[in-house]
This record gives sequence, structure tokens and C-alpha cells, in this order.
Amino acid sequence: MTLPRSATISDTVLTPENEQEAAALVAACAAAARPLAIRGGGTKAAVGRPVNAEATLSTKALTGITLYEPAELVIAARAGTPLAEIERTLAERGQMLPFEPADARALLGSEGEATVGGLAATNLSGPRRIMAGACRDAMIGVRFVNGRGEVVKSGGRVMKNVTGLDLVKLAAGSWGTLGLLTEVTFKVQPKAERLATLVIEGLDDARGVEALNAALGSPFEITGAAHLPAGLGGERARTVLRIEGFSPSVDYRVGELRHLLAPYGPAERIVDAGEARRLWQDVRDVRFLAEPQAHAVWRLSTVPTAGPRVVAAVAGLAEARFFYDWGGGLVWLSVRAEGDCGATMIREALAPHGGHATLWRAPADIRAALQPFQPLAAPLMRLSEGVKRAVDPAGIFEPGRMYAGI
Amino acid sequence: MVLSRARREDAVTTIAFPAPDAAVLGRREAIIAGLARLLPAEAVITSEDERRAFETDALTAYRQVPLAVVLPSTTEEVAAVLRFCHAEGVKVVPRGAGTSLAGGAIPQEDAVVLGIAKMNRVLDIDFVNRTARVQAGITNLAISQAVAHEGFFYAPDPSSQLACTIAGNIAMNSGGAHCLKYGVTTNNLLGVTMVLLDGTVVEIGGAHLDAPGYDMLGLVCGSEGQLGVITEATVRILRQAEGARPALMGFDSVETAGACVAAIIGAGIIPVALEFMDRPAIKVCEAFAHAGYPLDVEALLIIEVEGSEAEIEDALKRIVAIAERFSPKALRVSRSEAESAAIWKGRKSAFGAMGRIADYLCMDGTIPTGQLPHVLKRISEICTGYGLGVANIFHAGDGNLHPLVLYDINKPGELEKAEAAGADILKLCVEVGGCLTGEHGVGIEKRDLMRHQYSEVDLVQQMRIRGVFDPAWLLNPAKVFPLDGRVVQ
Repeated sequence: MTLPRSATISDTVLTPENEQEAAALVAACAAAARPLAIRGGGTKAAVGRPVNAEATLSTKALTGITLYEPAELVIAARAGTPLAEIERTLAERGQMLPFEPADARALLGSEGEATVGGLAATNLSGPRRIMAGACRDAMIGVRFVNGRGEVVKSGGRVMKNVTGLDLVKLAAGSWGTLGLLTEVTFKVQPKAERLATLVIEGLDDARGVEALNAALGSPFEITGAAHLPAGLGGERARTVLRIEGFSPSVDYRVGELRHLLAPYGPAERIVDAGEARRLWQDVRDVRFLAEPQAHAVWRLSTVPTAGPRVVAAVAGLAEARFFYDWGGGLVWLSVRAEGDCGATMIREALAPHGGHATLWRAPADIRAALQPFQPLAAPLMRLSEGVKRAVDPAGIFEPGRMYAGI
Repeated sequence: MVLSRARREDAVTTIAFPAPDAAVLGRREAIIAGLARLLPAEAVITSEDERRAFETDALTAYRQVPLAVVLPSTTEEVAAVLRFCHAEGVKVVPRGAGTSLAGGAIPQEDAVVLGIAKMNRVLDIDFVNRTARVQAGITNLAISQAVAHEGFFYAPDPSSQLACTIAGNIAMNSGGAHCLKYGVTTNNLLGVTMVLLDGTVVEIGGAHLDAPGYDMLGLVCGSEGQLGVITEATVRILRQAEGARPALMGFDSVETAGACVAAIIGAGIIPVALEFMDRPAIKVCEAFAHAGYPLDVEALLIIEVEGSEAEIEDALKRIVAIAERFSPKALRVSRSEAESAAIWKGRKSAFGAMGRIADYLCMDGTIPTGQLPHVLKRISEICTGYGLGVANIFHAGDGNLHPLVLYDINKPGELEKAEAAGADILKLCVEVGGCLTGEHGVGIEKRDLMRHQYSEVDLVQQMRIRGVFDPAWLLNPAKVFPLDGRVVQ
């Protein structure tokens, strides 16, 4: 394999210094059919099927914010730019990424600095996803190197753009299997002036989720809706709602919501702002299930009111612990890492309601033996294989990370 | 041309269609007989008069009478038609309500139009989980109407929402005036049933959030009917705000209006709508709607906020305080339902009002909002250069610009000049960092401009992905990608 002179290789980690070098490296690897792992900060490297790669392509040297226009609500950065740098830069102007990206390190027991590219490639969204959309909704432009070593761009820096096929969405959540992202452009949002959190204690799962959806179906713009069963960070179950905005509006909505939720019990406002922020961070980062690290963790997405029913069907799994975000539609479930970690039972329980389950954390041998990502119906799998071939014909990017064969 | 006053039968226009496939035309009777075996008699339209009703969409300068029109009623019928056309090598042009301003639904002489307007039922509404499952031929507005009794609505609201279908909205990833807050179609779509050209029925997504594998829903949304035919969709429905009220403000320069918009957004306020009109647009709208628009300003902003009465008051107070720093020549906060309705009537009737005084091409580029003064100046120069007038309507929060290039269809050569001016304007949008189309789609209208936005590599990558779904390029093939240099497997 021929490499540009400025590229560095150590322990088969390739660290291109710019997009052109990255493209040349990929072209060389494609020609030699050398499979590549892609690495940003490595905080989510342990998700998915283990990949047999001959080399790792690192975005470490592809850094820097390339565009930030606060008045246009847009920021763009090279893939290796630390997420923390983006968040700091936005915060200086009172803005944020709308989808509340999680810090995956506590849950996955990983180290390193999450990057923009890793964020986009995993399409990971936090509690605000119910109101502000997912990571993929905030992504308005990408540049990536495809499996032919070509630099492809899709979308751009404007938030309304329907020109051609939307490859931005395809890149979101593709876990590196469709190419090396080199730059991502996000739509951003103003940070709210005020945050209020309401807590109702002592509800069971079904009733808690019912309360969350009563609030979500109101005009009072909820930006976080989680149910934490007893034993997760508190002795009693907590049903928690977040309201954000300008102060008079927040106060008004809190009052209306308390009235609306009265049938479920008194909704207390968390007075300490630091405590409220920490609570939402814990929900976002799945802190409640971080320990014991040896346990497997599942991430389930389903219809909100189906959440408790799915959980009830799998609660018999060994040492099952769980909580609900997204009004009940997102279930985080921790079980003992043995057998299939409940894969069959969990996916059967989901089937009548629709949705998907991802084995988010498990030892590598289990991830290799199971399907960590929800198996796809045959027609969708065929299309996925076709898309993979259309973008990465030699199959060099993270082969098998999501599914065998793509 | 939209809402033209007179139809010119001999219009010579500049966008080419591929030459029809003589072999297919020659087999017309056999193809129709084949379709007739698959569908009830009334669902296959063959007479020339009836086919002519499908010869164009809202880009009426272009017309092609299709080979036949089929109007299936079920997903199974759609699959049967597609399987048949695939086997016969016959092109298919999917059609919702035919309201595309970009020519996305214009047929070809050797193509079968597959209209899904008969499939217009609401299948399921789940108010608790806030979703609606519909057949894809339902109109955009009918979804909102079906959920309004519980205080809900479907958020994307294109101007054509009374007529346009959700299938068409998905094909074009349609937007609307309120997408600054609520997003466009792709942000409000949860699942679809889609039929591939070979008749395979694919279920993508569902009533839950996010995809388990690749985001095929995101790929399909905005694919202009080239990946498959959508027959059902699950969309998010949202609870309506308690109320909404606009403020109106006029400025003596485009720059000042643009700076005011930037300051409002910079202060952390995201209005639900933020509309901009320039002087020619103000004049025509006011003459039509008597909305009380100031006529002595260069730029008008309509800014709407939502919430309870107290929240609206607070938000408008913040907005007015910011606006006053920019010395507006006119500033009025709506005080009543009637006043709000009048303010919006002017804006919403803009295209119709303009159509009464001239023919026009409605363009649809998006620009970085900071480029507005420069772009409006250049648009004026471009149109003046062609001897044409122009009025500008602009979704100021998201940068989506709708210049209306004015011309007279009865003056030979004017339509061609308007098309040339429109192309120059769209190239300008790309040049300043924007794009060719913000919400109307590429269709045939912008097909030949795609190389101004995308490199050959970009386009070939898109075409390779398109080819996974329709390798023989039989689905809506004349659209989106330039006719030369196509990648056909």
C-alpha cells in the first residue's frame, strides 16, 4: 500500500492529516481489499459486532470548527473535532446541539473524547429527542470518503435543502460502515433561559408512562419525559418531566402541568437547578445502569405506551433493571450477561408493538455471537446490502459492525 | 408558470424529455390489456381526453400525455402494477395530487402514471402516542383535519396543503411556513409502506422513533418517487399551541430587516414563523388582501409566536424590544383574531395575488440568511438584465427564498427568458453557500442545474444508491438527475 508521506502509521493506525490524504488512504486500502476500522475518540468503540480490521483509520488529525454562524443557527466541524469543543463554542453564544448528545463513557466504561464524527455515525440522541428531533434531524450536511476513495458531499449549511438524495440521513447512524465522515454540519438551537423539572413519586411503570404521555399530549412543550422505577437513584419511583424556555413561560407551563397531572399525584418542582441538571444528565448518559459493568445493557425503541408492556414481558430476565426515557418509548434495560442476554425474549416481546432492540453493552464474545443490532426483514436487509455495495463496493469499512455482510 | 392567465399551446420550453421508447409506444394496446387484467375497469384510464387530465402538474408549461393512467386502491394493486411494468420494461411516473411546482409529476409519453389519490383513508389515529397511520393519497390538510377535534395537527404545512398528498410531501420532503420550529416532512415521518418497482413491499420504520439499521426512511424522504411508491405512512401528530399571534414590521432597507431577524434569533427566540416580503411583493399582496401592510417600506417581516396569551405577550414584547433597536418604519402587534387573519391573508395569498397581475415562475432556492441583502440585490439585477420584474417572498428564519420571476406568457420568448433568469438565481443561491431547492424538489425544473450544486462524484454516488432500488431507471426517470452521464446498472 502506498501512503502519502505526511501520513503516520503506528500499530496500523492510519492518521490522515486532511481529507485528501484520507481519500488516498482509503483508495489504497480498497485496492488491496484491506478492511478498516474507523476511530474517532473511541468512546463507543465497544458497540456492535467486533470487526476484524487490518488497520484503524483515525480522525484524530481531522479537527477544527469550519463554520459557525450563530444567527443562522448552524455549525460545521471536521469529524475529529471533540464534541466538548463544539458544546463549549456553542455555549459561549448561548446555543447548543438540539438533540442533547449523551456521554457514553460511564455506561460503556470507555475513555477518550467523543468526536463530531462518532456522534453523527452513531446517531445518538438524548432526552430532548422527543421535542427537538434526533441527531439525524439536526444533521444538515456531511462530507465523507466513500469506499472508492472519493470525497462525497451531501446536504450543506442551510436547514432547508431537498436537492437530490439525502445521503446525510444515510450517514447518520451508519456506524462507519458507509464511509469515513470528514465533516459534519449541524443545525443548532438557542439554550433555554430557564429549566424546570417536575417529579411525581411512587407511580408504577404503566401509570408513570401514562402520566408522561398525558403531559406530552398537552400544549405545554415537554423537553424531557422519563420514568425511573424505584431503586434507580432513589428509593421511590420517580416520573420526571422537563420544561424549558423563557422564565414566565416556564412558570406558566409548570402551573398548568401540575393541574393536568393532579390525578397522578402531586408534581413537585426540583428547586435546586444543579440537582435538576444532574438528573437529566444521568438519564441522558444512562448512569443508573452503568454499574455493574459486567452486565449487558439493551436499548429498546418502541411506541411509548408499549414500553412498560415490553418490560413486563422480559422482567423475568436475570437481574433485570431498567428505566424509560422519551415518554416510555426508549427503554434502557440491564441484564446479567449470560446466554443470549435475553435477545430472543426481548425481540419477541417487541414484535407485536413494533420497534427495535440494540445490545448496547456486552462482552465481545457475546456481541460476536449475537445480532447486537435488530435483525432486519428480508427486503430491508437486501436494500441495506445494496446500499452498502453502492457506497463501499469492496466492503472495507467496518465490515460486519452492524450486520454480517454489510 | 403557475396560475397562468392564458394557456399557450405552442410553448417552446428549454427542458428536454428523453425521446419516448418506440417499442413501448408500439406495444401500447398490449400494455393496457395487461394493466386491465390487474385492476378494476374504472382504475385504468386510456382515452386521450381522460389521460390529458394527467399531462402536467403545477409546472404547467410542460405537458406530456402519458401512455395510460392507473388509479389503484390498495398496496396489493400498486404492487401488481409495478411488477407488471417492471417485467414489461415500462416507465412509471408516480403521482399524488399533481401539485409539484418542479414538474415532479409530469408524465412521459411512454410511461404509465400511477396515481394514488384513491388511497386517501386515515387508517389509525393514536392520540396517546401522538401518531397517525394514513394511506398515502390523503391530502396534507386532511390529516390535520382528522385529528383537529382532539386539538392535534400535522406540522408540515406546504402552501398547497389543501390539495397535495402526503405521498407527494414524502417524495419532495415538503416544508412550509412553520418549519423553523417544527421541521419539514423528514422530521415528522415515522414509517412508510413502500412498493419497489419489482413489486416487493417494504415496511420502513413504524410508530416508534429512529431506525434499527440504515436510515432508509431518511433516504426515501425527498427521493422524488424514484426509489419506490409510498402507499401508507405513519406521521407524528402534535398538540396545537394554545394560541398564536403575529407582529408586523417594516424597514427601509433589506439589510436592516435581515439584521433584525439575526438579532431575534441571536436572542434565543425561535418564532413559529418568520416571513419576509420585499416592496413589490408587499404592494401586490396589500392590493389583494387589504391587510394594512405599510407601502412605504423596502422590507416587511411577519413574525408569529405561539403559546398561551401570557406567553405570546411576553415573546412579542421581547421581539418588539429588539426590533425597536433597528428603527422600524412600521411596527404593529396583532391585537385580535381578525387582525392576525388579515396579516396572514396577505402573505398566504401572495402567489394567487401575483398570478392576477402577471405570469410568474416561483423559484425555491435556500441561502445562508446572512447573504440576504447581497442575494436580493443580485436577483434584482439578474431580472432587470432580462427585462423582467421580480417579487421576493422569503422564509427568513431558515433561508428558503421564493423569488417570483414575472413575465407575460403571451409575449414570445418571455417564458424562456424567465427560465433563464430563474436558473441564474438558483446558481446564485448555490454560489453563496445555499442550494437549488429548499422545499419544492428538483423535478425536471432544476434537473439540468444539478451539476452547479454537486460534483460528478456526488451525483454518481447518489445515482448508484438510486440504482439499488430501481436498477433499470423505470421510476420517474426523467427527473432529478441530468439526462447525460447517468449510471445505469
